[in-house]
Amino acid sequence: MRYLDAAATTPVRREVLEAMWPFLTGEFGNPSSHHGLGDSAARALEGARRDVAAALGGRPGEIVWTSGGTEADNLAIKGLALSRPRGRHIVTSSIEHPAVLEACDYLARLHGFRVDRLEVDASGIVDVAQAERLIGPETTLVSVMLANNEIGTLQPVAAIAEIAHREGALAHTDAVQAVGSVPVDAAALGVDALSLSGHKLGAPKGSGALWVRRGLALEPLVHGGGQERGRRSGTENVAAAIGLAAALSLAVEVTPGGPRPRGPVEALALARDGFVRDVLAGADGAILTGDPVRRLPGHASFCFPGTSGEAVLLGLEQDHGIVCSSGSACAAGSDEPSGVLLALGIDPEVARTAVRFTAASPADLDGVAAAVVEAVRGVRSLGD
Amino acid sequence: MSLISAPITYLDHAATTPMVPEAIAAMNATMLEGGNPSSLHASGRRARRRVEEARELVAQRVGARPSEIVFMSGGTEADNLAVKGLYWARHHADPARRRILASAVEHHALLDPLTWLEKAEGAVADLIEVDASCRLDVDALRAALERDPSDVALISCMWANNEVGTVQPLSEVVALAAEHGIPVHSDAVQALGHAPVDFADSGLDAMTLSSHKLGGPTGVGALVVRRELDAVPLLHGGGQERDLRSGTLNTAAITAFAAAVDVAVTRRDEESRRLEALRERLVAGVRTAVPDAVVNGAGEPGPTHRLPHVAHVTFPGCEGDSLLMLLDAQGIECSTGSACSAGVPQASHVLIAMGMDELAARGSLRFSLGWTSTEADVDRLLAALPSVHERARAAAKAGRR
Repeated sequence: MRYLDAAATTPVRREVLEAMWPFLTGEFGNPSSHHGLGDSAARALEGARRDVAAALGGRPGEIVWTSGGTEADNLAIKGLALSRPRGRHIVTSSIEHPAVLEACDYLARLHGFRVDRLEVDASGIVDVAQAERLIGPETTLVSVMLANNEIGTLQPVAAIAEIAHREGALAHTDAVQAVGSVPVDAAALGVDALSLSGHKLGAPKGSGALWVRRGLALEPLVHGGGQERGRRSGTENVAAAIGLAAALSLAVEVTPGGPRPRGPVEALALARDGFVRDVLAGADGAILTGDPVRRLPGHASFCFPGTSGEAVLLGLEQDHGIVCSSGSACAAGSDEPSGVLLALGIDPEVARTAVRFTAASPADLDGVAAAVVEAVRGVRSLGD
Repeated sequence: MSLISAPITYLDHAATTPMVPEAIAAMNATMLEGGNPSSLHASGRRARRRVEEARELVAQRVGARPSEIVFMSGGTEADNLAVKGLYWARHHADPARRRILASAVEHHALLDPLTWLEKAEGAVADLIEVDASCRLDVDALRAALERDPSDVALISCMWANNEVGTVQPLSEVVALAAEHGIPVHSDAVQALGHAPVDFADSGLDAMTLSSHKLGGPTGVGALVVRRELDAVPLLHGGGQERDLRSGTLNTAAITAFAAAVDVAVTRRDEESRRLEALRERLVAGVRTAVPDAVVNGAGEPGPTHRLPHVAHVTFPGCEGDSLLMLLDAQGIECSTGSACSAGVPQASHVLIAMGMDELAARGSLRFSLGWTSTEADVDRLLAALPSVHERARAAAKAGRR
């Protein structure tokens, strides 16, 4: 089986599981307990916090453990907006992950916020000029993702954060897809909060974190025992935190110039470029969605007009053992065309033919283009 | 491999308990499989199958329907969703409903969202008193309810208290609420595996479960909630768990949680008898070593009175923190109350609600037993206790001079 759906989830790396193992067995203490086992769990948790902070260019006190990327996005958006509502205005983009869009909608429905979604151009890059116009003295928070999950496009987050700060608003970025694939340095980006998910990095599902700039007020979503300095109550998931720290350390190198991906990202981008070229050349009418250059290195997404995306997926899986997806896993199984692709100006019928390949290493893409071309041709011939 | 490598006597299972081998095996197997349960391809479908099998198993073991199980990150999140989510839904449907009735001895995961709703959203929390054994005063609940049933959004009463182990008169609470059509939630985190927890039989509308208190991993739990009940979610996004809880499903943890629930529930009868006997040995030994020690909570054993694995003891003239530290130095681990407030130098709200004075409340320890506990553990505690108690009492005397 060739797994090309790393953007949906990645298997837990063996080294990560090995790092977690002691905390799933003998070192099972509750970090809030004041005895030997509790203390040793608390120490391990703080070590993991230091590692995660370093890998994101932040400080340990700026990390809040969460149950994953969705919770981190919800905590950032609701937590920052509700603790400092200002003029109750949020600016986000039209291609954010549902965890961001739905959290913004909730603030609009139940807390009287006005939400503006920045438009994107045909390659999926947000309109910075529009951001200049929309972000103003009323604006509470601006949230633009670092890299899109469906089309891999990298966004000008630093520029957006600068505009937000100029107007006195806060800036958040969902870096779930970006960390480990492109350099992510929270401080250098100039944002105030950054979301991270473990299971996209070889850590287990249920692990994640929000980096939030020191000194910022954050209204918690989950109240209780007061863990995480009151920002996120609930018994800390020590094993998951250790797993997240281990996976990040494997994926990110902390250099004097800031955190850098350890993986062969240039080789991966090169292999991806070759794959894209071969698919576009071989599958008539194929369209690359997103930006050809400003995109995640292992990410290739297409539409194959005249096919059904589902049928291509099925053909790839059954005949070639290639596993990929039509877009985000959250929306899998839905008949609706992707909102991200519609925002790019793609026709709804064409958007229904989307197929996304996300590779973790250059070798993952070997020979895949030929299979894709064959699968697309096969589906088209059925339709004839 | 031994689960507990150091020579530690762990008597704090109510804070967290080691994973049972069945849960470790399930977690290990599922974690390396990968797959996002929302993906349509084979590894996604396999992950989805694991989750749905886990859902069915948990449902079966707690007397619920699979569609009533909403997986989330743990008991605290489930309590938060129950309180805030039900409050928001009921309050939005009828703005007059702004009162929440709850026992005064709830866990912080229940009380803190209540306080937050009061402060941030103008809700009114009506905390119902308990008697000296920590049992809810049903007459007080009736009076509070009947003062104006039309302004009550929900009632929450824990199945059994986490600090002293007293089981609450839930069937009476449910019957009272039913007269007025008010939904009832119960935090069953400490009860599941130690008391016969059956959602359908209980008549509850929502119930909180946590994995790591019963031998599953940390970071997973569930809210069992009737399908007809509206709740506003805490986490928005991909729409997983019938839109009540977005976020990629934590397949491995969910699978391990289900394995732990299965073990805890199927072995409950036998394990309860074993733990009750151990507790009896512990309590008798403590009373012999420290004749003026007071055992708190319900006296009578049995699943409608108290949990079999918790013994909460007041040592007059001692500071609980000193006892805790002196025991810890000998490798004996217990707690002064719940882990969440452990180390906080204020007296437990549970003990104060039971009418205990602050000094006595601060001189208390909770010993909680679990699946790894043996007679030898109890005997090590009993052997250490006389000298520990003497030193703690002397230290307290010196401190008061």
